[in-house]
Amino acid sequence: MVKARKHAVLDPADCVACGSCVDVCPREAIHIHQGSFARIDVSRCVGCGRCVRECPASIIRLEVQA
Amino acid sequence: MKRHWYHYLWIWSVLYFSLGFFNIAFAWLGLISFFLPLIFAIGFGNKAFCNRYCDRGQLLRMLGSQLGFSRRRDMPSWLKSRYFRYGFLVFFLTMFGQIIYTTYLVFAGASSLQEVVTLFWTIRVPWQWAYSAELTPGAAQFAFGLYSLMLTSALIGIITMLLFRPRSWCVYCPMGTMTQLICKAKGDGTIPAEESVSNGKE
Repeated sequence: MVKARKHAVLDPADCVACGSCVDVCPREAIHIHQGSFARIDVSRCVGCGRCVRECPASIIRLEVQA
Repeated sequence: MKRHWYHYLWIWSVLYFSLGFFNIAFAWLGLISFFLPLIFAIGFGNKAFCNRYCDRGQLLRMLGSQLGFSRRRDMPSWLKSRYFRYGFLVFFLTMFGQIIYTTYLVFAGASSLQEVVTLFWTIRVPWQWAYSAELTPGAAQFAFGLYSLMLTSALIGIITMLLFRPRSWCVYCPMGTMTQLICKAKGDGTIPAEESVSNGKE
């Protein structure tokens, strides 16, 4: 049986690249791509949701990945 | 969480407002916060200033996130909307233009130096102790105007940090909006197709 797990996703079009998510990510799974928008490395993300609570633009959400 | 040297740049914000409180000449240093993001955006096409080197961003992160002063509520959608962000940018630039015009009037001798700091563009706070004769009246007028703008925007940032998320200011920061537009223009204004949906894959 495959266990479903959560991971963070975001819409880069509305990202203001403030870096809040980068600062709070305990797994260093987020970086600012080309200095212009946040990018999430799903393989590192553990779905803790800290970035979701920190993002001022509320563009990060948790999704279930099979 | 790994701490980097730029996480301590909030010290610059505290230093800037403290120095300007005693000597308004230091307010001129506020121009650094105007030009550096533009240099990053125009020169390198990125917002590295916003996400790393912005002293105000680091101050809001430190107060709201590290010290826990933020309520961490969602910002109202109108405050995040593009209409508000672009509108606030236009308003901010207009106010900056007004500072330059007032400075010109003092330089030209058509107006006298106003030794006041204007908060929220309306409340005039006497600030005469911070002025000494080493600055010409015109240069001092610009310093008072810039200090007013910096202090007002910092207070607005702190209010939205307390009410909403720590770096709520970054969503509608006029410099951030301006550099975002520059970065988009430099990068064709588009996000690569593979990034446009959820950017879940590295």
